[in-house]
Amino acid sequence: MSDTPNPQSAPSALPPEPSSIAETKSALKAAGYLADESAALVSYLAQRLGKPVLVEGPAGVGKTELAKAISRASGRELIRLQCYEGLDEAKALYEWNYRKQLLRIQAGAAPADTAGEGAWSSTHDEIFGEEFLLSRPLLTAISSETPVVLLIDEIDKTDQEFEAMLLEVLSDFQISIPELGRIEARTMPIVLLTSNNSRELTEALKRRCLYLWLDYPSIEREMEIVRLHAPELDETLGRRLVEVVHMVRELDLKKPPSIAESIDWARALLLLGAEDIDNEIFTQTMSIIIKHRTDIDLVAERVGMSLGGEKLEAGVSEGT
Amino acid sequence: MAGAGTEPKLDPGLATRVAEFCSELRAEGIAVGTAEILDAYAAMGEVPWRKRDDFREALAATLAKSPEDRRLFELVFDRFFFRASEAEAINRDLHDAEGERFEGGERLDLDELTAAIREAIAEGDEDAMRDLARLAVAAFGRRGEGSGVVGVDVQRIRRSLGLQPGQSRPEGEPAETLDRERIRQFEAHLRRELQQALIERTEKLPPARPLADLDRALPTNPSQDLASVHRAVTQLKRRLATLGQEQRGRRRGRVVDVRRTMRASLETGGVPLRLSYRPKRPKRPEIYVLCDVSTSVTSSSVFFLSVLHALHDSFRKLRSFVFIERISEVTDVFEQERDFRKLSERISRDGGVADVSGYTDYGRVWLEFLTEISDDLDPRSTVIVLGDARTNGRDPHAAAFAELCERAGRIFWLNPEPKLYWNYGDSVMAAYQPFLDAAFECWTTKHLEDFVDVIAGGAVRAE
Repeated sequence: MSDTPNPQSAPSALPPEPSSIAETKSALKAAGYLADESAALVSYLAQRLGKPVLVEGPAGVGKTELAKAISRASGRELIRLQCYEGLDEAKALYEWNYRKQLLRIQAGAAPADTAGEGAWSSTHDEIFGEEFLLSRPLLTAISSETPVVLLIDEIDKTDQEFEAMLLEVLSDFQISIPELGRIEARTMPIVLLTSNNSRELTEALKRRCLYLWLDYPSIEREMEIVRLHAPELDETLGRRLVEVVHMVRELDLKKPPSIAESIDWARALLLLGAEDIDNEIFTQTMSIIIKHRTDIDLVAERVGMSLGGEKLEAGVSEGT
Repeated sequence: MAGAGTEPKLDPGLATRVAEFCSELRAEGIAVGTAEILDAYAAMGEVPWRKRDDFREALAATLAKSPEDRRLFELVFDRFFFRASEAEAINRDLHDAEGERFEGGERLDLDELTAAIREAIAEGDEDAMRDLARLAVAAFGRRGEGSGVVGVDVQRIRRSLGLQPGQSRPEGEPAETLDRERIRQFEAHLRRELQQALIERTEKLPPARPLADLDRALPTNPSQDLASVHRAVTQLKRRLATLGQEQRGRRRGRVVDVRRTMRASLETGGVPLRLSYRPKRPKRPEIYVLCDVSTSVTSSSVFFLSVLHALHDSFRKLRSFVFIERISEVTDVFEQERDFRKLSERISRDGGVADVSGYTDYGRVWLEFLTEISDDLDPRSTVIVLGDARTNGRDPHAAAFAELCERAGRIFWLNPEPKLYWNYGDSVMAAYQPFLDAAFECWTTKHLEDFVDVIAGGAVRAE
């Protein structure tokens, strides 16, 4: 295939592309992201094959963070397109700068009164030039001189029409602008799409992507993550914290605590100088990981009870 | 090979295997297109595919593009490459002499084994579970209870070990609950061990069993499989709707609508030149559904509950009951709760089916149903029983059941076990069968569709 990226074409300012999965993993770790096997493998494949990656999983497992980490690890600029309902081409691709175009016409109008037809056609050509183009994230990513990481966040929030529009960008890395013609990517961007799975994405989009399912990490992995971001945290306290978070996630909550929230909680505990998570500390700091009125009640009842005693065993206290 | 041409790095033998694997994925209903296969080839060129995990992850990233697909992918991957390695082993005659693998089964008595297994499951210790599964298989092999059918043996071993999710030990020892997911893991180990034993005995590979039949049709884990059940059930709903239409057309025009005929005759001076007919309304049967939710049918009750859920949308006059030892009406729950997950929670919480021992008591259920509800039964009503007819050795009370059948118009039984195992062990299907209009095995969505044909179409097909 002609669009296979050539790793050697990257400018020398960037760190070299990883040549193995282990290298990708350690590069991501250096960028502050502990990737598991499949995340590392998919990020590696994405760079080698030049294919977009569709990342799905529950909210708060670090989907967006993965894109940021890849951008840091590869030294590429991160361009982010946050999707929302009603997002259209004008906000995602490009838009003509109407005000500037109008100014240009008015500025040209005075002498043009005498000049007539010829002046108008040159004005016309001029105002549809690149100077008057407002470039939105997708066009920015495509036309960038240096390689970038393009993050299309929460793609499931948009409608199907928008997805269809993305297909051209994702498979050929090009954008057609009727007035200008086709703009092709100068460098191969790494594209990540994230989805919370709130609606089924179209087959056509999935076919163009590699797929990565991210889930909440295991206790050990989450401990590593927390300790990476809060290094002063005591080992046993860290384990206890992660166990409690896991226990809370087992409950049927409106919004289960995310990884970022466990990190926040760890930092809060450090600030408070807590040495152990007992019932009192937990009730005081619970609002860091739980953000719904009804959830707070449920957690206070279920987890508070099991914290009351000396022993804490994650997962055992919940009946199935 | 097209892929081998574009990716010179790829070993042609591997390319063939991957292509075969992809066609097996397709057979299981995962949409694998040519683009995906080419991606997989390209990925094989980039990762060290001699490492099993990398190989699996690379294939998964390129081929399975939803959590549901991923789950099927794992199953097919295990089956495909497990079979491949076993075939290789038979070719090279690598297996240990029979009996060697299972030594140690002699030493343990059943109680110790049960305790050890419960401990391993509670701790989630994978290795211990695998070893214990091996011992359990050996112990039960010696007792001569093996049927040679892997699926049945797994259930039988599980039952005699008393492994029931969320259930305390029968002797009433301190309540210790087991995680449903972990029990499933243990079952998977059992299945694998039994399969291996079977291969060693027969020196033949089991046929590639389509997952569609067993692993997918009767989902046991609600979070993952509800989507597939609902897909099947949506089809059923559509079918029910069109079947009603057919009936509307067939007997159209049989009954004269006198009022409308007279009204029309006014135009012609009171002479009824044109007859108006009463439109035939689709028959809305009154349906009573009785659903066994005990642990012996755990795997199918999720399926059955979701069927019930869908039926509630299609039939206005539907009353549902769940039972284990006693019966309890849950019609209200179904009508109020639209979300399936909440619904099953509410049923397990508010069902009040007196789940003391977790064992079904069919006899008692009939007696209760007869005294409390059967006054409402009339010849227009249809009763559907969903259950395995395993009474755990208690009195089946066939007479009470017969009286019930007498009052109801039609009565059907859906049994989640294959016909082969009916009346085997404590199953008392034969006691009830004479009174039934029809009994169906129902362990795939296909079976369910057959059944729906019958209740919506009205005719019981001879079987």
